[in-house]
Amino acid sequence: MNNKFNIVYLLIFFIFINYSFADEKIKRIDKVSKNLRCLICQGQSVYDSQSEFALSIRDLIIKKIDEGQTDEEIYDYLKVKYGDWIIYDPKLDKNTILLWSIPLILFIFGGLLIFRKVIIIK
Amino acid sequence: MVNKKIKLFLILSSLIFIFFTFYLGLNKNNYYTTENIVYKKIENFESYEFFSNKKINFKNISPDKKYIILNIWSSWCLPCRKEHKNLTELRENIEADLIGLNYKDKFENAKSFLSELGNPYDIIIKDKNGLISIEIGAYGVPETYLINNINKKIIKKYLGPINEENIKEIQSLVNQ
Amino acid sequence: MISHLGSYSLIFCTIFAFLIILQSAKLIGNQSKIFPKKIYTIITLQLFFVIFSFSCLLIAFVSSDFSNITVYNNSHTEKPFFYKISGVWGNHEGSLLLWLLVLVLFLFLFILDTKNYDNKYKLLTVIFQEIIILGFLLFIIITSNPFDYIFPVPLEGLGLNPILQDPALAIHPPILYIGYVGTSLIFSSSLAAVINNTVNSEWAKQIKKWVFLSWIFLTLGIMLGSIWAYYELGWGGFWFWDPVENVSLMPWFCLTALLHTILVLEKRNALKNWTIVLSIATFSLSMSGTFLVRSGILNSIHTFANDPSRGVFILTFLFFLIFLAIIVLFIYSENDKKTSNNFNILSKETAVLVNNWFMMYFLSVVLIGTIYPIFLEVFTNEKISVGPPFYQKLMIPFLIPFFIFMSFGPRVKWINDKLKKINYTQIIVFISSLIIAYIIFTNSSVSYLFSSFLIAASIFLVLNSLRDFFSKSIQIPQKISHFSFSILILSILLNGIYSEEFNSNMKVGDELKFIDKTIKFKGINFDEKDNYKLLRGDFEVIDSGKNTLNFNPEIRIYNQPVISTSEADIKTNLFNDNFIVFTLLKDNEIFNVRYQHKPFMIWIWISIIMLAFGGTLAVIKYGK
Repeated sequence: MNNKFNIVYLLIFFIFINYSFADEKIKRIDKVSKNLRCLICQGQSVYDSQSEFALSIRDLIIKKIDEGQTDEEIYDYLKVKYGDWIIYDPKLDKNTILLWSIPLILFIFGGLLIFRKVIIIK
Repeated sequence: MVNKKIKLFLILSSLIFIFFTFYLGLNKNNYYTTENIVYKKIENFESYEFFSNKKINFKNISPDKKYIILNIWSSWCLPCRKEHKNLTELRENIEADLIGLNYKDKFENAKSFLSELGNPYDIIIKDKNGLISIEIGAYGVPETYLINNINKKIIKKYLGPINEENIKEIQSLVNQ
Repeated sequence: MISHLGSYSLIFCTIFAFLIILQSAKLIGNQSKIFPKKIYTIITLQLFFVIFSFSCLLIAFVSSDFSNITVYNNSHTEKPFFYKISGVWGNHEGSLLLWLLVLVLFLFLFILDTKNYDNKYKLLTVIFQEIIILGFLLFIIITSNPFDYIFPVPLEGLGLNPILQDPALAIHPPILYIGYVGTSLIFSSSLAAVINNTVNSEWAKQIKKWVFLSWIFLTLGIMLGSIWAYYELGWGGFWFWDPVENVSLMPWFCLTALLHTILVLEKRNALKNWTIVLSIATFSLSMSGTFLVRSGILNSIHTFANDPSRGVFILTFLFFLIFLAIIVLFIYSENDKKTSNNFNILSKETAVLVNNWFMMYFLSVVLIGTIYPIFLEVFTNEKISVGPPFYQKLMIPFLIPFFIFMSFGPRVKWINDKLKKINYTQIIVFISSLIIAYIIFTNSSVSYLFSSFLIAASIFLVLNSLRDFFSKSIQIPQKISHFSFSILILSILLNGIYSEEFNSNMKVGDELKFIDKTIKFKGINFDEKDNYKLLRGDFEVIDSGKNTLNFNPEIRIYNQPVISTSEADIKTNLFNDNFIVFTLLKDNEIFNVRYQHKPFMIWIWISIIMLAFGGTLAVIKYGK
């Protein structure tokens, strides 16, 4: 009988997402700045860099969040200014359709090859 | 057998394709710059005049001039020091206003920088936290922009200190 | 003087390479059982001259001979002795010489190892390996000679970037190159086996130990690189999905797939063509790695001085080898239909294929993510970045099925296994992994639906690998490696999900709260060492249980070249790493302070070492 309770608990904890409010803003700033390339650094994100450029971008993120913009709006704003190069997470569009789909196509293709090789004997 | 030959042909031709793509890629510049991202309109922004601390709207700057040159500088930036005499020369020989954007600077330091090297700027506006520079699409200091003052579009952008050649180019662009 | 000697011996080696290729080609038809003495002698001589040439460079570095331009560019008299030595391979030219050394050495060892093997196969391997050696020799002599000199002789060198003066990074290149170069031997010998028509169990048995050997070194090499990134860069991560890191991971996936496939070839004499394809692909990926890193075509944290002519050379050479391999494969390979036999769905053969399936998928994600920007730029002139989110999004969802397959794979028998109706142990394992995942999640502040399934799946894998220890049909090396791999995955996941970090600007005397901890910046003091000055910070972290930890991270300012680096202070225990790193901001009074709490860090390193240890046991076993 105990098992049933456990399952209920499991379900509750799987669905439950716990946040405190002040943390949320810092988390968002961190998340957005981790996804931005520091353009004047070598392979560093805005989050990791302490350069003036990165510091300004972080100020900008804070300002935009305070203005109520979404992450996507912040990314779009920066993309207009600096090009797609600044975003680490390439958005799905006509330029990146192959980037996102080739690995998945190969996965399916590989699965088919294995399927052909394996015969089910009854 | 025919099947095998087609396969071989396909594999070899795709390899040749990859080879040439890499070959072309090798000749590309791998340093990313935004020098090519121009012809974008600069939206209006508000800031403060350097000396008087008066509010300034970008759209009202130098209303009688067809072109303006915007230069981002800072007293702590060494290349800015180097570029300063070129800027002075540029200002003297051009029919456009030179706007200084003082980037993340301390007022005292910036003032002594100007009194030491001279002040070629028609107006200096402050960029306390670097947000205006981002609005324009700048990386850092120094950067120089030739802007069409009527529609506020960027015509040309120079990263790093400007040199004699850049000055000539700016002049020819303005005189067109 | 010494540089001239080094340079000449490279030219000797080139002549030897030509000689060996010609002689071997001539002797291939010979039916003699004994390996031609002449060729053996030239190979020995070639090895001698490469070692000699390498020693010349070593001596130039140790004695700070600045008439040598490589030494001048990368060394300095004040540099510690250990780093003078590692300076030999810490630069483009020297590292190529090391590649060459390992290439020649491996060929020599291969000859010794294959005493009782067919002569034709050995000679063919020698030819292919010498073609690779020749390519590298020409590359070194034409574009990157480490013995170029400079006149007038400078009094002092330019020094080695201090960020590279790190013990892990000092031994990282040799270890990694042994892994890379090992794959060259697999490449040569697989082509030889194709031509000789001996792609069979016997060949698999012989080449297997080289596969394991390369895999061990590649694994350890990658680990050393990420240890360096973790301790030296101070960004708190150990893997950044940087192109240069990806480039070492690609051959690893391929080699891991080969490692499993070669066993099928050995035991069942099946998957012949696929094994050969993997062998060729592994080496091609190692070579492309060299191309991508050295040509400067990628934008990365780790830069080698680059020169486009080098890129063109490696690119041409790489594609020459791939073409050669494909043509050999097409002319000589048997038609698959004659030899192939289909597998039963429940058999070890199928399990290995599933492993290969996932490895190839992960490989394709990394490969496409790394080279796609180059293609896009060539065709559209647009530059995009492909960063960590891309790799995570495409790989993480596939981990759950991968873990589940891997939990069952090792226990499936060869040829034909039967599914038992109800497996009670399996159900117990399944339920206990859910319960453990549940306990972990109730004791933490973060919880996401997907992460909990991921953790549950990896715990399921750990428990199953643990259970495998009691299975008689599984060999010990495999038990250890699979178990270590499952621990590795679990620690990476827990580390990724439960890392906490605090990043703020502080002045001396500041005290800040972070979740349940207080971080105090107590002071700074100055000090001077042999080749750098340092600024030592004094920090105290007090947690909710009133336990205090003291941290003394450093900011170092090196004399030659003048570069400042931040040294993190890392406190490690079995359960977590705590570390503080600080950097100076513009104003000299304010510092950027970063405190990180990283659970199970040490287990990542321990499990990789155990993984490699499992491989070592396999080599010892197969070597007999």
